[in-house]
Amino acid sequence: MTAVMTGEWCCQGLPALANGLSRRAFSSVELTQYFLDRIERHNFSLNAFITVTPERALDQARAADQRLARGETGPLLGIPMAHKDIFCTQGVLTSCGSRMLSHFVAPYQATVVERLERAGAVMLGKTNMDEFAMGSSNETSYYGPVRNPWDRERVPGGSSGGSAAAVAAGLAVAATATDTGGSIRQPAALCGLTGLKPTYGRVSRYGMIAFASSLDQGGPLARSAEDAALLLQIMAGFDPRDSTSVDQPVPDYRAGFDQALTGLRLGLPEEFFGDGLDPRVAASIEVAVDELKRLGARICPLSLPNTGLAVPTYYVLAPAECSSNLARFDGVRFGHRCDQPADLLDLYRRSRSEGFGSEVKRRIMIGTYVLSTGYYDAYYLKAQRLRRLIAEDFRRAFESVDVILGPTSPTPAFRLGERTADPVTMYLSDIYTIAVNLAGVPALSMPVALADGLPVGLQMIGNYFDEARLLQVAHRLQQATDWHRQAPAGFGMGRGDLR
Amino acid sequence: MILELATVEKIAHLARLGITPAEAADYAGKLGHIFELVDQMNRVDTQSVEPLAHPLEMTQRLRPDQVTESDQRDRFQAIAPLCEAGLYLVPRVIE
Repeated sequence: MTAVMTGEWCCQGLPALANGLSRRAFSSVELTQYFLDRIERHNFSLNAFITVTPERALDQARAADQRLARGETGPLLGIPMAHKDIFCTQGVLTSCGSRMLSHFVAPYQATVVERLERAGAVMLGKTNMDEFAMGSSNETSYYGPVRNPWDRERVPGGSSGGSAAAVAAGLAVAATATDTGGSIRQPAALCGLTGLKPTYGRVSRYGMIAFASSLDQGGPLARSAEDAALLLQIMAGFDPRDSTSVDQPVPDYRAGFDQALTGLRLGLPEEFFGDGLDPRVAASIEVAVDELKRLGARICPLSLPNTGLAVPTYYVLAPAECSSNLARFDGVRFGHRCDQPADLLDLYRRSRSEGFGSEVKRRIMIGTYVLSTGYYDAYYLKAQRLRRLIAEDFRRAFESVDVILGPTSPTPAFRLGERTADPVTMYLSDIYTIAVNLAGVPALSMPVALADGLPVGLQMIGNYFDEARLLQVAHRLQQATDWHRQAPAGFGMGRGDLR
Repeated sequence: MILELATVEKIAHLARLGITPAEAADYAGKLGHIFELVDQMNRVDTQSVEPLAHPLEMTQRLRPDQVTESDQRDRFQAIAPLCEAGLYLVPRVIE
């Protein structure tokens, strides 16, 4: 293997970088400084970071270099990455994209961050996001919208838009993200990345600011399935501090990487290919499916009959949980507090009205309504019943197939402002991703085409705790194609548009 | 579907959100539109379906009733908007 050149660091995957670090071809300090310089040069045009932490990053890089000098190795040791600003980072601003937390310096560390730092990962900074993860375009952030590196007039997707833009533009090797209704997968699709939402309960939610607790799940955003597997390997695992964390062994997520896909049963649900799907996306998925067939997979027809109910169901359950979770922001213990409150009610009302943006307030209002006296059965209970039907669709499907395939997003990246006027139009952006969260199954998005210069994502949905299979299928497909190696122009990511 | 202004104001009060009359009108329209979407739930009869509250249907884990956290009052109050003598300060509640 030839030495990795400085100019190529932003295009390299974790194994190559870890190899260079362990051979001492370059140091973590050099690598970290290189990414800090790239952030300095390119972040203003993307707004991907809310906070950059150069001193902390270089301290961590020096510590990693000492561990490397002692002969320690590890896939993340000395690797610079970014964290979505929803993860609490002790001593560093953790804003969740909101004015409410715009002065909140977290007093403790999220388990995900703790695990990654223990593995030697270096934190470059905290990435921009939709306010409290409520959005599909990163336009609801108090810190302004993030721009898509592939076309700066377009959105990067949301809510993990900053993480996606940062990785896609080579400002970080990888990033953490969270997914409540598609917030890892949809930005991965729109920015040309591989993103994985694990099974509910696989990754600790401790220190991950809550939006909808029965749906939220953290996961990696990376350039390849292999990188995503290496990140999940560290992020996943039991955490006694999260009461919904699952106490189940973490398998080797790369164990199947060398195995062919012969005999793999792939399900294509008819409901994922109906009206509203951009024909360019449909055609791209078809090409990817053909490639998977060539690699040995078998296609099975499939129906997920309750798919159409996922968005309405979600917009009862997620806002209900959000209104309850966000009740903690009262202007008393932490977060924004209004000036000179007249009385306690005024303190609550004004602190919350000033601290929250319009989409968050809208969802709190919906949630409060569906949980209020007289409406609970008609909305909340009804939605919980539908949630079971949606989950049963998946259980039934996985009796006859191994992986379900479809588009991640109905369209490639849309223009900034295009869907902000009408919340319902924005909500329908997540039509293919939401059912997965309601059922709690894992799903991955990976790039499989460029449509008019914009990335198109393929979604793969797996059975409970079958992340390894999703990563295997994605990896095999990435070994046979090079869509994951494409990079946007204008960020010095190599010759032409190829990494 | 448009929500009545009185309903919007009632929800805002329950949610402890202060809203202006202009905002109330905006909510009436937009929330109404969202509830049209939500009402699609009624296409399916779910009488005989058990509600699903949690994707994994696991029982809540229990732990021994032991103190595991140390007192970190000062650290947590350091980020509070207004504190005095270890107490969170709010406007006078009892006259």
